[in-house]
Amino acid sequence: MATYELNVNGKRREVTTDPSTPLLWVLREDLKMTGTKFGCGISACGACTVHVGGIATRSCVVPISHVGDRQIVTIEGIGQDDVGRVVQASWVDTDVVQCGYCQSGQIMAAVALLKHTPKPSDQDIDESMGGNICRCATYPRIREAIKNAAAQLGKGGA
Amino acid sequence: MLASINRRGFMRVSFAAAGGLFVSLYLDPRAASTAQAQEGGQPPEKVYPPDAFVNIRPDGKIVIQVNRLEFGQGVQTALPMLLADELDADWSNVIAELAPAADVYKDPLFGIQMVGGSGSVAHSYQQYRELGAKMRAMLVAAAAERWNTTPDQCRTEASVVHGPGGRSATYAELASEAARKSVPVKVVLKSPAELRLVGKKVKRLDSHPKCDGSLKFGLDLDLPGIKVAVVAHPPVFGARVKSIVDDEARRVEGVRDVFEIQLAKGTGVAVVADKFWPAKQARSRLKIEWDLAGVEAADSAELWTRYKQLAGTPGKVAVSNGDPKALDQVAASNRIVAEYEFPFLAHSPMEPLNTTVRFDGDRAEVWAGSQFQTGDQMAVAEVLGLKPAQVTFHTEMAGGGFGRRATADSHVQREAATIAKRLRGTPVKLVWTREDDVQGGYYRPMHFHRVEVGIGADGFPTAWRQVIVGQSITADTPFEAFVVKNGVDSTATEGAADTHYNIPNLHVSAHHPKVNVPVLWWRSVGHTHTAFVMETLIDELATRAKIDPFAYRRKLLKPEAKKLLSTLDLLEKTTAGWRNSLPQGHAFGMSCHESFDTGVACAVDVSIENKRPRIHRATLAVDCGLAVNPLSIESQFQAGVSFGLTQLMAKGAITLKNGRVEQRNFDGYVPPYIVDAPIAVDVHIVPSTQPPTGCGEPPVPVISPAVVNALSKLTGKRYRSLPLVSI
Amino acid sequence: MPGSRAGVLVIAVAVFGVSAAAGTKIFGPQRTTTAQGLAAWEQIYSVLTHPRCINCHTATNYPQQGDDRHRHVANVVRGPGGKGVPGLNCASCHQETNADSTGVPGGHAWHLAPLSMKWQDTNDQPLSSAAVCRALTNSAKNNGLNGPGILKHHEEEPLVKWAWDPGQRPDGTMRTPPPLTHEQFVAATRRWVAARMPCPSGK
Repeated sequence: MATYELNVNGKRREVTTDPSTPLLWVLREDLKMTGTKFGCGISACGACTVHVGGIATRSCVVPISHVGDRQIVTIEGIGQDDVGRVVQASWVDTDVVQCGYCQSGQIMAAVALLKHTPKPSDQDIDESMGGNICRCATYPRIREAIKNAAAQLGKGGA
Repeated sequence: MLASINRRGFMRVSFAAAGGLFVSLYLDPRAASTAQAQEGGQPPEKVYPPDAFVNIRPDGKIVIQVNRLEFGQGVQTALPMLLADELDADWSNVIAELAPAADVYKDPLFGIQMVGGSGSVAHSYQQYRELGAKMRAMLVAAAAERWNTTPDQCRTEASVVHGPGGRSATYAELASEAARKSVPVKVVLKSPAELRLVGKKVKRLDSHPKCDGSLKFGLDLDLPGIKVAVVAHPPVFGARVKSIVDDEARRVEGVRDVFEIQLAKGTGVAVVADKFWPAKQARSRLKIEWDLAGVEAADSAELWTRYKQLAGTPGKVAVSNGDPKALDQVAASNRIVAEYEFPFLAHSPMEPLNTTVRFDGDRAEVWAGSQFQTGDQMAVAEVLGLKPAQVTFHTEMAGGGFGRRATADSHVQREAATIAKRLRGTPVKLVWTREDDVQGGYYRPMHFHRVEVGIGADGFPTAWRQVIVGQSITADTPFEAFVVKNGVDSTATEGAADTHYNIPNLHVSAHHPKVNVPVLWWRSVGHTHTAFVMETLIDELATRAKIDPFAYRRKLLKPEAKKLLSTLDLLEKTTAGWRNSLPQGHAFGMSCHESFDTGVACAVDVSIENKRPRIHRATLAVDCGLAVNPLSIESQFQAGVSFGLTQLMAKGAITLKNGRVEQRNFDGYVPPYIVDAPIAVDVHIVPSTQPPTGCGEPPVPVISPAVVNALSKLTGKRYRSLPLVSI
Repeated sequence: MPGSRAGVLVIAVAVFGVSAAAGTKIFGPQRTTTAQGLAAWEQIYSVLTHPRCINCHTATNYPQQGDDRHRHVANVVRGPGGKGVPGLNCASCHQETNADSTGVPGGHAWHLAPLSMKWQDTNDQPLSSAAVCRALTNSAKNNGLNGPGILKHHEEEPLVKWAWDPGQRPDGTMRTPPPLTHEQFVAATRRWVAARMPCPSGK
């Protein structure tokens, strides 16, 4: 067991846990932030995506001992971000979700995409969203919602 | 039953009114469940008490109980729309809740509480409309009484009753008076023109909490003192534990218990820990010796050999029309012999399977995203030695399912209950990891089809003989009695034996070998393979006859296949702008198929990129009767076709070698990612006032045949073995 | 004939190597012959084409994984700087060090080698020894490295050294290291550089 000081959604949080524990389970079970989802545990589906130090990160494979003092942003906190807020709103307006289980990860990946690529092409979307599985396969609307969010951000919607 | 529920409804209202805090027209469903079971579990009646379904709160919020699991299909929005429309409720104040297990929430047609067969809206359409209309009648009656007038002098709008002389009262104000009114037996429903919500594009009620992480799925459940359990399942289905060495596992900090448990088939080892990670770490440190004696080690390669042989012999007759010898009289040059292979498929919903159970000795509480709430409730009760009424079963929002949460043996719930029984008083959340899911069975069964078609001078079939080989999904389950007729499981032959094509001398038969691999319905069930066979062969016949694929299908369809004919017309019209002007290297492919009473026609624009099919566009035409929520229907079809592409993925198969599943996770069994889905899908709905039919499953069957029909044009090859390992 | 022309080139390089080596001492007192250099190169080549190394020297837009060198899961792509794309970066999973509890390898600035340093063809087949050698010794392709630069790269670059400390797989077993030890690899590189980096003839 070891104690870690984490920076989650701008708040300092302290957890004591086994160093091998993935960040995902620290968020879900120690910090009770269950918006970040467990899908595969092998970084193949992206349901667990959070931002660590500004990088979209698959929290199911990152042991807590590897996180350090980097800022962690989860789906619960992404709405405080200008791009995050627009993406979430676009997801709702586009009626993207079905079961919704993967959508936290999809949104976190989409925010990372739009922060670097304000006007993504279809290929940009394919590549940046290419590793997130939606088993309901809401992909056409995910694509549409990203484009809608980009248009909104382009108009200064943030 | 109705009387008792009404009595309890009154009691609740009276008590609340006396307390002056909370006036509701509501029956606690848990009380309903208990009440009914205490009275001996009478069969469900066809009269549904509104107060088990609607709670009008003093703050004006209208809480509607949804008698189904919501796992993406949108029923949590669609059923409240039906009820709220008839109720004239203010939609912005409607809250939908998933109802717990109770007889009152059973499917009106099937008699069990369930989601399946794409029947949620189709079966509860009338029920929810009537509930809303009855509730409205009671509110109007209360208002009329209050104003000393007659109900016909009142009208309703947005949760308000308006009476003569400009008088009005909100539903919230009238709720407790309305609760004292008797439930009308008959009500007049709105005419199509009067509907305000139904038929409109209404956004989902659950979007916000699914986009900000606040919605709690079953796996997110947290209770005081909750423990997490994982189970080491046998490497071969049905094997039993011979010996366990668990010292290392027990040394993992946070591990509470390690013990052998009985499974639906064979035995396993449960690890219970404070949290998931130590439980999983401990499981990987277990050393288990398994007893594999007497357990059949299924092997995909061997099964294909066996299935192919079986397909060369006639099976049990599913349909036999016309002359069985007609085919033999067709010259070999006018015959096609086609053999098809379909592998096992895992459902792999994004939320891994899980169930939480707390056993308190004389009561138990269960939290599960279940497609079979009442069945799973009974199973838990049986494991714990309780009556179903002693088991409160909460329906948790589920992250997908596609049939996987509808098991006749309730094996996940039994597993959870078995573990919880040992930890009396402690809530235990059983978590299946993705590996448990991919390797855990309950797959879409492997199927082999052998089809021989005789072709007439006009290019149309003159005889058709089809032998289908695959495990029966319903064998040895309570469903067998309803589904298996003359030794044929109709879930294996649906879509072929009952084809809407007018094929003379049609003979379809089936073999259902017993194989030691648990199988289950996988979204659209038999249509997953029968539609592929039918629609690739019909396309091949059209190509061979040099007849336009629309014209060929239209000519071959029976005149009574009205839904398919209407969708073909609509598809031809809606693809006119693109299908004949495709860029170089692209091809058009199409299919049409009716399932769950919904007709679907599908067209795709496909090229080959990176040695895989790239679907630039899919256009769909749908006839699903009245479109209750066109927005959600469009969404179901856009995404449902992409789900259907699971079948074409290069790694879209579960295979077994020497009894062991060869895939472990999403690295070996790879569902479609965004690049595998159509870039855009446009959905066109045939206008209809017929009763609504299924929308969850019908998207799935059409896409794979449409895509390979396009690929065939690009490569000249025919694709009959799935998954599509290479093009 | 191509073969004989290549042969002449090798001789020319060898002669040049001999004359150049005479004036320097950084490669040790022993003069390394071309034959020895070529033998050393084949050792180097056996390491470069080992999955731990070649998996990130692809000719495609994706990295590979595993001893069977399969395409990286989850559609991971190269991206403009070889570090993936926003939303799906190498660093989305690969941290500064190996994560043994989850089986994900890690090292400082995890990334794909540039396409100029591809050691495979677009069908994921390893390039020939001669082709890899040509690419490696072409300063226009190798980020301007000369002999000492390549030696230093092999000796000190964290991602090169990672190959000998590749960590655990998700199932807890150890990843296979390259066929030489790191010391042997560095020694072979030193001999090869001392021999003026001869490359085998052929395509």
